This record gives sequence, structure tokens and C-alpha cells, in this order.
Amino acid sequence: MASTPTLEFERPIFELEKQIDELKKLAGDQQLSVAVEIEPLERKLDTLREQVYRNLSPLQRLQVARSNKRPFTLDYVRLCFTDFVELHGDRAFREDAAIVGGWARLDGETVMIIGHQRGRDTKENLKRNFGMPHPEGYRKALRLMKLAEKFQVPVFTFIDTPGAWAGLGAEERGQAEAIARNLFEMSSLATPIIATVIGEGGSGGALALGVADRVLMLENSVYSVITVEGCAAILWKDGKSPEMRHRAATALKITAPDLLDLGVIDEIVPEPAGGAHANHEVAAKALQEALIKHYEELRRYKPEKLVRKRREKYLKIGKYVE
Amino acid sequence: MAWFRKDKKARQPRRERHEIPADAWEKCEACAHTDIREKFARNLNVCPNCDYHRRLRAVEYVQLLLDDDKWEETETELRSIDALGFPDYEARLKKARTNAGETDAILTVAGTLGEMPVNLGVMDFAFMGGSMGSVVGEKIARLAQRSLERKHPLIVISASGGARMQEGVLSLMQMAKVSAVLSQLADRRIPYVSILTNPTTGGVSASYAMLGDAILAEPGAVIGFAGPRVIKQTLGQDLPEGFQTAEFLLDHGILDDVVHRKDLRQTVGRLLRHMSGKPAASAWAIT
Repeated sequence: MASTPTLEFERPIFELEKQIDELKKLAGDQQLSVAVEIEPLERKLDTLREQVYRNLSPLQRLQVARSNKRPFTLDYVRLCFTDFVELHGDRAFREDAAIVGGWARLDGETVMIIGHQRGRDTKENLKRNFGMPHPEGYRKALRLMKLAEKFQVPVFTFIDTPGAWAGLGAEERGQAEAIARNLFEMSSLATPIIATVIGEGGSGGALALGVADRVLMLENSVYSVITVEGCAAILWKDGKSPEMRHRAATALKITAPDLLDLGVIDEIVPEPAGGAHANHEVAAKALQEALIKHYEELRRYKPEKLVRKRREKYLKIGKYVE
Repeated sequence: MAWFRKDKKARQPRRERHEIPADAWEKCEACAHTDIREKFARNLNVCPNCDYHRRLRAVEYVQLLLDDDKWEETETELRSIDALGFPDYEARLKKARTNAGETDAILTVAGTLGEMPVNLGVMDFAFMGGSMGSVVGEKIARLAQRSLERKHPLIVISASGGARMQEGVLSLMQMAKVSAVLSQLADRRIPYVSILTNPTTGGVSASYAMLGDAILAEPGAVIGFAGPRVIKQTLGQDLPEGFQTAEFLLDHGILDDVVHRKDLRQTVGRLLRHMSGKPAASAWAIT
């Protein structure tokens, strides 16, 4: 079924989808076979999706990454895992629904899942604060990581946030400390950690779930030190115009291929033509395969060796001369 | 006795006697108190009137904390590069090197504090707002490695607006890198004291600045994850008085203490001695 286009560059795809839908509806009403007419159109749709998505600019990729039609953490939990039992709260202050987590099974084996969770509509977004966690969200995440370490199961994190929440309560309760603590603890967690950026990886709020043995990025996800809008506002005093946002998105090198080049991530997980939102199941299948593959490699290491290799990996990141 | 008959010298007119060149005056940014520069300097650049802690350069903190002439700079050869081809970054770096007279936003030294060997990193806000890029991350990581190898305590004094956006995600990853090396230090029970000065925000506060075995701050320093301007923007209203100051964080249980600059050396010295199982310093050594 055709969706409403929220992304301007998807308009041609949308128009063609609409055309196919109408043809199908007409055929259904009049009991006619239109397979002959539809088949080339659907082939054309596939080619069109591929073409549009192959040539996306960094800013357009950011728009895809932020789309509320994309699969979110709980969608991947449903599609890639079984037996999910959600765990809530930081046992100290309150439950933060911007981060979800709990036990689940991947390919039959028990794992711990932790991820940012955005909302699809306004009501859900109010509950989930648009996927922007407070300190208690990060502290819940750490609690679950420690639980995974205790019971010797791997941790799978999913990154999908514009950033950690900037507000009074978040500052009062130590947002900076909560993020820092996670970076520190994840550096020494004695169990495999695999992180995947599924949408927008926004700065420290993303990294707080992102220190891992393997870091994967979905093809149309982005990862950045600052929002494109924030960067453009600071450097060029204009965070709103498409030109400046485009300039910042390009300069910051935020796409998956950029991060692979910079040696920050380990693999790009392919998305179906037209992006993950075009077919949640196909996107989830590719992610599931990648997660299983990386876990199979990591499970061979003793925890001490994993931690040593993880620390060594991060110590090497950076570019400078001497 | 002749002394009471001594000829009086003609009094000099008052104006002339107190003639001080105009550029010898300093004005406090907080209370507008004006005083002789020398007086500010003697007071460790703290306002003699309102106690406002004005900014110090990195080398001044080294002189404040470490024993005289008992320190040397480490990792002097590391230089930032424009790895992303970011607009204007090369030019900004060049300008910062000229204006700040430093090679990057941190000075790292090995020295002694009350005769106890320590490794000290001091960020310099004068260099691109103390922003953390690959060089800052690498210098702290290497300094911490020295601490690991020699079992010497680590001290980092932060002053930073956060990660250096011109290095993109590479600067973000420095947060993970420094946190990773600090976790090694923790494994080996090597003390780490973090000192926060005005301002400490963003990626620096959300990594090593908040990971000290002791976390101290200077009075009045602005400390937080998001900068006050950003929060004001998201809230759409003015922030409460004193929000995100060192005193506010102390009240909210985030800092171990707020320490006046004049007491910093003694406090850090005591802390490190407690945490490394050393006896108290003799009075002459620490003051």
C-alpha cells in the first residue's frame, strides 16, 4: 500500500505506488486480471527506489534516519528476537521510556537488549520523549548491562536518538555523569557487546549505549558528534535553512560509509531498496543475520580478552600527526 | 635631639604619587571591581572583592598545583589535523595556535605535588574553547598510560565547551577512548582526581570530567551536559538563579566538593595521599 510521502525526495516513489494501488483497486472492482500491466510498473518501482536511495545526500539520509516510519528498537525486538521480557526502571528514581530493555532470545539463545525508543505519533512521543533519555534511562541501561554480565549473556544495543535530553531535571540528576558512567562501565563489561545504529546516533546520548566490541550501522542511519542543526547554528549562525543544514551534514561526515572509512564502525547492514521503512521484515532479517554472525565471532573469546580487545580498539581511534 | 627639628620635605601632590599606568588595572567580570593587576595576580586571579574565579591559563594551573621546577611537559609533538576536510578548520587551528600560544587545548605534564610524582593534564579554554578533538583525547590517553606504567596518580583539570565538532565523530569517540583508559586505571587502583573549572560542559563533562575518584570544582564554575543556552532554548524560559554552577551541582550530589583556588593544591595533595596509601605530607612539603 502506498504511504504518504514525508520525505520530499520520495515523491516519485509515492506517485508510482499510488498508480499501482489504483490499478489493483480497479482490477479488484471489475474482476479483471491486470498482472501484465502491473508487473512492469512494479519492476519500475523497484528500480526507482534503488536509484533514489543510491544517490541520497547526507542531509537526505539524515531525514530517512529520523523518519517515524522506520523500524524502531521494539520493532526489531519483535522481528529479530523471541521471548522478550521487558525490564523497567533504574531502581532509584523512575522509569524512563526513552530507553527500553530486557531479556530476549536471539536464535534461541538468551541475550540482553537495550535500545533508545522513539514514538510513532505525538502521544507515544510524549511518553518516550522523542527517544531522548534522562539520566535514569542511562542508569536503567547500565543496570541491565550489569545484569547481563552477571548471568554471562551478551548485550545487544540499538541506537536511535537525537541526543540525551537537555533540561532542568536531567541536569539536576547528573546527565553528564550518567553518560560518562556508561562509557566507563561499558569499557570493562565482561560480556560481548554489539551496538547497532538503527536511526539517528546523536552525540553523547547515543555513545552512552555505543561502546561495544562491534559497532554496526544500518545503511541509512547516521552518527554524529552534534546535530546538523546545532553545528550549522554555531558555525554559520543558521541552523534552519536547508543550505546550511546540507553544508553541516556533508562536513560532519555522518553517513555509514563515512564512519566505516574513519574506522569507527565495523560493518554496514544493508537495507531493502527504498530504505528500512519500505519493508520492516526484510530490514530486520538482514540485521538479525549480521547480529548472529558477529555474536558467533565474539563468543569464542574469554571475557578478559574481549575487554582487552575492546579497550585497545578505542585507544586507537583518532587522527593526528606527531 | 635633632630628629624633631628635622626639616619637613614638601609633600608631593597626591595625584602624582599614585600615578599608575592605565593598563595596570584589571576589572572583575563578575562584580566590576577594579584593582591593580598585580593584586589579581597575587590572589591567583580570583577577584579580591567578590571571590569570582577568573580564568587561568593551563601553565598557571601547573604552577599552582605542582612543585616549582619539578615538572616537564609530555607529548609535545602531537598536532591536530583536518581529517574530515571540514570548512575553515585548518584556518581556525592556525589562528588558535597563534592566539593561544599553545599547540592544542590541553597541556600535559609529569611532575610532583608535595614531592609525590603525579601526571597532570590541564585543558586550556583559550584554545578553541577547550574543545576536545583527537589530540586532546590522545594526550590524556597517553598521560593516563604513563600513570598506568609508573603507578602515579592522574589529575585532569577541565575547561571545555565539549567535543570539537570540526573532527566530527572522531572527537565523539575520544570520550569512549579516555573512558576506556580510565577504566584500566581503576582496575589497577591508581587514583584519578578530576577538577572542573569554568566552564565544563558537553562531551568533556560527559566523560573523563565526571569519572574522577574525587571530583572537585572551582567556585562558580558552570558545569553541565548541555550548555545553559541550549537548555534555555528547549525550555523557552529563563533558568533558575545559580543553575549549573558548581554549588548547584554540589547541592545535587554530583561533586565531592567545591574548592577555592587557594586551597586546591593542599586538597588534591591530601586526596591523592589518602587514595594511594601514603602518609600525610610534612607541612613544608604541601604548603
